[in-house]
Amino acid sequence: MNLEELPNSVKSRLDKMDAKRRYKLLQNYKKALITPGEAVGTIAAQSIGEPGTQMTLRTFHYAGVAELSVPLGLPRLIEIIDAKRTPKNCIMVIFIEEKHSKDKEFVDDIANGLRERFLPDACEIDIDVKSKKLVIKTSNEEAKGILERLTEEKMRGNRLVIKKESLSDLKKLKEKLDKKRLGGIKGINRVFVRELDGEYVIYTEGSNLKGVLGIKGIDARRTTTNDILQIYETLGIEAARNAIVKEALGVLEDQNLDVDIRHIMLVADQMTVSGEIQAVGRQGISGTKESVLARAAFEETEKHILNAALYGEVDLLEGVAENIIVGQPIPIGTGTVELAVRNQGDKKKK
Amino acid sequence: MVVRKKIKGIGFGLFSSKMIQKLSSAKIHTPNTYDEDGYPIEGGLMDPRLGVIDPGIRCKTCGGGLGECQGHFGHIELTRPVIHVGYAKEIHQLLKATCRSCSRLLMSDDELRKHQGDNGKILEISQKVNESEGFCPHCGEKQIKIKFVRPYSYYEDENNLLVTDIRERFEKISDKDLAYLGWKIRPEWMVLSVIPVLPITIRPSITLESSDRSEDDLTHKLVDILRINQRLEENINSGAPQLIIEDLWDLLQYHIATYFDNGITGIPPARHRSGRPLKTIAQRLKGKEGRFRKNLSGKRVNFSARTVISPDPNLSINEVGVPELIALELTVPEEVNERNIDELRRIILNGPKKHPGAHNVITPYGRKRILEENKKDLVETLSIGDVVERHIRDGDTVVFNRQPSLHRNSMMCHTVKVLPYNTLRLNPAVCAPYNADFDGDEMNLHMPQSEEAITEAEVLMKVQECIISPRFSMPIIGGEHDHVSGMYLITRKNSEFTRGEALDMVKGIVKLPPGKKKFTGKEIFSLLLPKDFNLTYRGKLCEGCRVCKKEKCDVEAYVSIREGKLVSGIIEKEGMKGVLLNELFTRYGPDVAREYINNSTRLAIRGMMYYGFSVGIDEEDLPKGALNKIDDIIDHAEKEVDRLIKLYNKGKSKVIPGKSAKESLEDYIMAELGTARDGAGRIAERYTKGNSAIIMAKTGARGTLFNLTQMAGMVGQQAVRGKRIDRGYHNRTLSHFKKGDLSAEASGFVGSSFKRGLSPTEYFFHSMGGRESLVDTAIRTGRSGYMQRRLINALQDLKVYPDRSVRGDGGVIVQFTYGEDGIDPMKKYYLEQSDNDQNEFRRTSK
Repeated sequence: MNLEELPNSVKSRLDKMDAKRRYKLLQNYKKALITPGEAVGTIAAQSIGEPGTQMTLRTFHYAGVAELSVPLGLPRLIEIIDAKRTPKNCIMVIFIEEKHSKDKEFVDDIANGLRERFLPDACEIDIDVKSKKLVIKTSNEEAKGILERLTEEKMRGNRLVIKKESLSDLKKLKEKLDKKRLGGIKGINRVFVRELDGEYVIYTEGSNLKGVLGIKGIDARRTTTNDILQIYETLGIEAARNAIVKEALGVLEDQNLDVDIRHIMLVADQMTVSGEIQAVGRQGISGTKESVLARAAFEETEKHILNAALYGEVDLLEGVAENIIVGQPIPIGTGTVELAVRNQGDKKKK
Repeated sequence: MVVRKKIKGIGFGLFSSKMIQKLSSAKIHTPNTYDEDGYPIEGGLMDPRLGVIDPGIRCKTCGGGLGECQGHFGHIELTRPVIHVGYAKEIHQLLKATCRSCSRLLMSDDELRKHQGDNGKILEISQKVNESEGFCPHCGEKQIKIKFVRPYSYYEDENNLLVTDIRERFEKISDKDLAYLGWKIRPEWMVLSVIPVLPITIRPSITLESSDRSEDDLTHKLVDILRINQRLEENINSGAPQLIIEDLWDLLQYHIATYFDNGITGIPPARHRSGRPLKTIAQRLKGKEGRFRKNLSGKRVNFSARTVISPDPNLSINEVGVPELIALELTVPEEVNERNIDELRRIILNGPKKHPGAHNVITPYGRKRILEENKKDLVETLSIGDVVERHIRDGDTVVFNRQPSLHRNSMMCHTVKVLPYNTLRLNPAVCAPYNADFDGDEMNLHMPQSEEAITEAEVLMKVQECIISPRFSMPIIGGEHDHVSGMYLITRKNSEFTRGEALDMVKGIVKLPPGKKKFTGKEIFSLLLPKDFNLTYRGKLCEGCRVCKKEKCDVEAYVSIREGKLVSGIIEKEGMKGVLLNELFTRYGPDVAREYINNSTRLAIRGMMYYGFSVGIDEEDLPKGALNKIDDIIDHAEKEVDRLIKLYNKGKSKVIPGKSAKESLEDYIMAELGTARDGAGRIAERYTKGNSAIIMAKTGARGTLFNLTQMAGMVGQQAVRGKRIDRGYHNRTLSHFKKGDLSAEASGFVGSSFKRGLSPTEYFFHSMGGRESLVDTAIRTGRSGYMQRRLINALQDLKVYPDRSVRGDGGVIVQFTYGEDGIDPMKKYYLEQSDNDQNEFRRTSK
């Protein structure tokens, strides 16, 4: 450890100490360092996996807002590790810029604009079966505009009547209108405003980080979602890595399980080293390993062996699983050290 | 371990027909295996040139006997070629990617060069020409779309593409084009005209008691192949109609496909006569019971033992009690030297059947079994450098394990202590890392077989080295349950002992200081601590007063140890297993920590026996007034629930936004009944102060206050799927209630306490909740097991490099410094150690 590399604040504190104390501190620091060769991956995996048996399976807990339910416990942990594309019930916590965050009206205003609204939210759409007509009633100006554009018919006051040849055409049209978005942000289904530490915060069911970050007045630095893939897509891999750590730690803490953050960071780092989020499992990390044998021993044995033959792959036996398979010492822990010992009886070679 | 030879790598590839023939030591051509006399037929599947499976027979190829000859491949020449099913998809892709006339890749040379290196892309682009029925950029031939019908048929515009045609096309593909695809094998090798016959050592036949032979599944399959092959040949030679030939050809294809993999979707699996699907090559390899996971990644071991475990508090945590019966069987090799030769001689004289004895002597001339008759001779000839395989005895190092091995603390190293009786014994303080109890659990014992292995086990895996868990940096081994209650009784206020009593307590643990006539419990406990030990912490009993009275704490939660003396505070869980033990470990090392665990647990048990400690049913009795109060709470809650239901029925209830009126009602009722239970809990707690259950809950020995609430106060609302119970009969839970009854008691609210007893309906609802949690546990174990397997597999190659970076598979750097600070979580508290010499206040573990 090179003392020169330490930040100045630490160095000045060290300088102030008497020599004996400083020496002891450094000794203890060295004692606390991780030993080279340590199988940290396995330890991390065990540290996260072992308490899995103690976790609850079906908990839908409430995150601050009673109306929202998020999967927690083991299912959520598996979801994070799987890097699933669409997690169940995503949630966003949207903070408002500090100058407005205490202004309830301002916050409500933003909140109301967030929710994704569809045509049926603003008007009544009914099918008149008898006369094969679609009758739409609305007083919403915005909706009116969209309706006129969409159906090429003129509004009569608050009413719009569309005639079609057959009922099935009417149904198709109604379906189309039902899905037409009026406003709000895609994916945001419900919105709640709550007070948190003296300021108003918006909680949403459904998540669309990209959409929300573009809105004026929100505090982009504090606003988050629990959908890790969205974070990756909008903020990049480093943010995603931090999100994995945060989410996994949150799950474990919620279950009152004490797991050192280093283990979780290691999992998150391994999931994100390649630059994209890789799942822990056959489509992700385990399926893209270098070693044919390690892949074959995990899952999809035939696929990996057949492909190895096709591409003439060579297994260089550098990992743990492969060396166990061929019966050699594994290159980890005490197996890291390679020492050649010449037996006394052996002749000296030139 | 001395590595004399190292495998550098293993290459994978495909054999060409020529190679298969070259490798073969016998051409197999007849489906018959044995003649009338029961001898294998030459050219049959049990051809003696393929290897030896019976004792006393020599191999016709290599001359080796059983065990020496590993077997030799044969081959079958197929009358007509067939597709290799494993490559059916790749064959389709290649057919589409190449021209039907000139067999070049359907991409211009310029384009090929442009995409060079991107194998997948080239394959993808060149297939597009075929899909759109375009023209070959090289010869201009119009391409015809090729359809693939699973599992192994190809159609070019409705015309069946014959396998022979496919091979002809493939033969014309140039090596250069293949290099663009990254393929290292000739594609015609994926069309089989010769198949290898596995050596009989791989598919041995077994002789049943009735002296009938029972053949391996693979042999059966090969017989099928040979039969069809022969019939196909006969039919072709006799000029049978094309239709029949094609049928037989297809049948041959089916048999060869199922020979490789009998689990292909789309075709019925080949079955044994009994109707059981055959286990062919792919089935042997894949899955949990397959070659890879069963025999290659996991191996059976010798020098191991397994039996039921039982507790023995008089053993050190480092020890394991081994039954003599096991000690007589397990051995360890010990090299003879000047210092141990006399002792080893004595051991040999004991023979294999008397305890400190031995089984074998290994000399440069070979291994000799020690028998009654030859032991005297062996003792005389024993010389330095020989190796004696002697019984394990007291002091040997063994590895002890309990499945499921979920973390590394599931395998720890113990010191042998040979004991009478038939169970393996361990100190109850080490139950926690193994997750063991004594309701019939069994554990395994392993004796490492080399000096190096023994040393490694001792240094890295010894129980005392594993006291701190790498998961949460705190002790995972230490006094629990009765140890905690016992130490509470000893160290609390007003516990005083005469010298005689004190002597009884510490007998065999520590020496009592001379002279003193009376001892407080705290003084006795202090004897276990190092003389220069200082520590202050807030214990579990802390009630979080606004102003901490420190040493004068009313509930004695403020633990203060000065100069090895417990000045104030009660020793509870935090003292037996938490901060105190952690502090001892980091400051004084594993030896001191081990002794502390050994001594404190023993002392605690003595204290427990001195005072006596039990939980009686009358302790959960509440005075009349308290019971009435609880009844009032129940009445109030039920009335409140009825009111909410009435409001709901009138449609006037409050609705939570985003939820239906019914859901909102349920939420409100749940909240109401929750408060009722909490209220009952508070009353129960108030009137049961100081009873055993409370002591256990507060000191962290066992149970929680919630358990006491349920015993003395009320059990509370039962839930299934996170809701009040709403299943059972039509519109009601039980026939005891009216239809549509939403009241508390009809939906699983249990107002009784366990002490008072549950009514029949309450009992039933409680059982429903109980069953759900049982099912839940069963499912959870499976799910979390698979998650852990995936995690381990993904991370097992990561290790710390000398520069403290973490690198994994292929040398990829995963972290530049492990954990961002290079600190081992297991040794994390060394850091706090130095910064805080006085240890004025430490945080407590969870």
